[in-house]
Amino acid sequence: MNSLIVLPILLPLLVGAACVVAWRYVAAQRILTLAGSIVYLAVSVVLLERVASEGIQAVQKGDWIAPFGITLVADMFSAAMVATTGVVTLVIVVYSLGSMDRPREAWGYYPLFNILIMGVSGAFLTGDIFNLFVWFEVLLISSFVLLALGGERAQLEGAIKYVTLNLVASAFFLAAVGILYAMAGSLNMADLSQRLGSAADPGLVTTLAVLFLVAFGIKGAIFPLFFWLPASYHTPPVAVSAIFGGLLTKVGVYALIRVFTLLFLNNVDYTHTIILWVGAITMVTGVLGAVAQYEFRRLLSFHIVSQIGYMVMGLGFFTPLAMAGTVFFIVHNIFVKTNLFLVSGVSHRIHGTYDLKKLGGLYRAHPWVGMLFLLSALSLAGVPPLSGFFGKLVLVKAGLGIEQFVVVAAALGVSLLTLFSMTKIWAEAFWKPLPEGTETHAPGAGMGPMLGGIVTLAVLAVVMGVAAGPLFVLAQQAGEQLTNPAPYIEAVLRVRGGS
Amino acid sequence: MNSLILRTASRFLLILLFQFSIFLLLRGHNDPGGGFVGGLVLAAALTLYAIAYDVRSMRRFLPCRAQTIIAWGLLAAAVSGVFSMFKGQPFMTGQWTHVYIFGVDLHLGTPLLFDIGVYLTVVGVVLIVIISLAEEVEEDD
Repeated sequence: MNSLIVLPILLPLLVGAACVVAWRYVAAQRILTLAGSIVYLAVSVVLLERVASEGIQAVQKGDWIAPFGITLVADMFSAAMVATTGVVTLVIVVYSLGSMDRPREAWGYYPLFNILIMGVSGAFLTGDIFNLFVWFEVLLISSFVLLALGGERAQLEGAIKYVTLNLVASAFFLAAVGILYAMAGSLNMADLSQRLGSAADPGLVTTLAVLFLVAFGIKGAIFPLFFWLPASYHTPPVAVSAIFGGLLTKVGVYALIRVFTLLFLNNVDYTHTIILWVGAITMVTGVLGAVAQYEFRRLLSFHIVSQIGYMVMGLGFFTPLAMAGTVFFIVHNIFVKTNLFLVSGVSHRIHGTYDLKKLGGLYRAHPWVGMLFLLSALSLAGVPPLSGFFGKLVLVKAGLGIEQFVVVAAALGVSLLTLFSMTKIWAEAFWKPLPEGTETHAPGAGMGPMLGGIVTLAVLAVVMGVAAGPLFVLAQQAGEQLTNPAPYIEAVLRVRGGS
Repeated sequence: MNSLILRTASRFLLILLFQFSIFLLLRGHNDPGGGFVGGLVLAAALTLYAIAYDVRSMRRFLPCRAQTIIAWGLLAAAVSGVFSMFKGQPFMTGQWTHVYIFGVDLHLGTPLLFDIGVYLTVVGVVLIVIISLAEEVEEDD
């Protein structure tokens, strides 16, 4: 019964198309999307359980045997990412029900959202490098529209930067896939993994690797290609910001990790050393950029870049422990980062601004919102016993294990600066008295669903910390699969269709 | 465009091209053709009609909004892949059946449904582009 792998892609497509059919009936679109995301979450959890107990799952679309057909593969890493997507999707949908404005809902917010999730799931599950490109396009095109939907001035300015840079990245990606196909004669990643291992021209393979690094580096926002991210992520409505900030950049990181753990292992000393140092510089520049910011969401956007640095650093270490830490850290970061954006939406709902200097007194007026923010913020900074602590602990341990002391020191320093940034938000928005002249609105009817979403993610940040042991067993499984491609290759190339 | 010749011709051409697009759609699985080309031909025919008359009169031929046509197309294509899953085969494995109508043996299968989905989607997409562009121009006039 391998049809399970198809469902995370198929479900959002069906729901998205049904939402377009029900274009004039926004209430129906809301119900469809909510129901769809609940089923999606259930399916993704079952898939995760299946992969954890039975190993890597693969299915050939249309029963065309690999490497000729398109394979969908769910290893532990993919399954974990899909399950995380399931959680975040449901939370964002609930949050949107309370916070999205009528015009955007009427102009196709829900169909676009579903197609975006389809693209994300497709990218996580595909085992074919060209298919990966297609899924990237699916999610990018819907994200372009989501970013610009509403047509506010700032949105359009952000969208232009976002679209331009991502199209450049797509061009790099496509060119790299083309060269790869010309060189190896296959697009199936498992097949490629075998062929590239014995490639006639190792120099060309390394060149290609760097081309992929640039393509996914732009999409994943690593140094020095990240500047589009803080320029655009703070412009759309907060539910969209949250899904972009939480999930979309991680798709770039996912692709980077997939390609550099499966395909480009010829010259690990060269490529993964570049990745390691790029990761370190990304961490530092991201966090330093954040220090100067006084716009809630812009500040968070710079922190996205900084956290991406940690993930890329984990890939640079490239040991089973480091990869396990990376997977754990990515999942943690998706939850926490999404939640911080969602909290910024609440402050905007109450005071009508994202400017930290104009905000204030939120803790006095809404102590619960303050506590929820604090949980996520401390988790992001890596304070025990919250989820971020364990992610960072494992990464640091892995780094010390292979004696990368400079990078580890940078990671720890960045943690401290992250804490400083989060304290700044806390002091400005929550602690200091509300400045004169800032308006205060009644929270209104949508507050219930908004807080519901935030509470869920905050609880998850705590649970991932408290239950870090059992969850880390799964992450270790992912880490082992990522550092040893043989089972992945076997799962893909051995699988036969039919039943 | 105000041309009597074009207007008269486009009415006949619309019907002919519609038939041709269906012909392309149906022969697509085994011969050159298919949903994509068929959809383009129909969309081109409707576009020609819109040029000869105007977009509003072309819209009379559409049963619903162009977006909705795309949505039905996507649904048809997606559903065509689901049938195989009920038989325990991978997503999108072709399912075939024979239907005898009027003594003719019709070899029908899910790829045809997929092609119909593509056909509808292509028609919808092209029409959305044409309608958006043309209405902008007509508003300017």
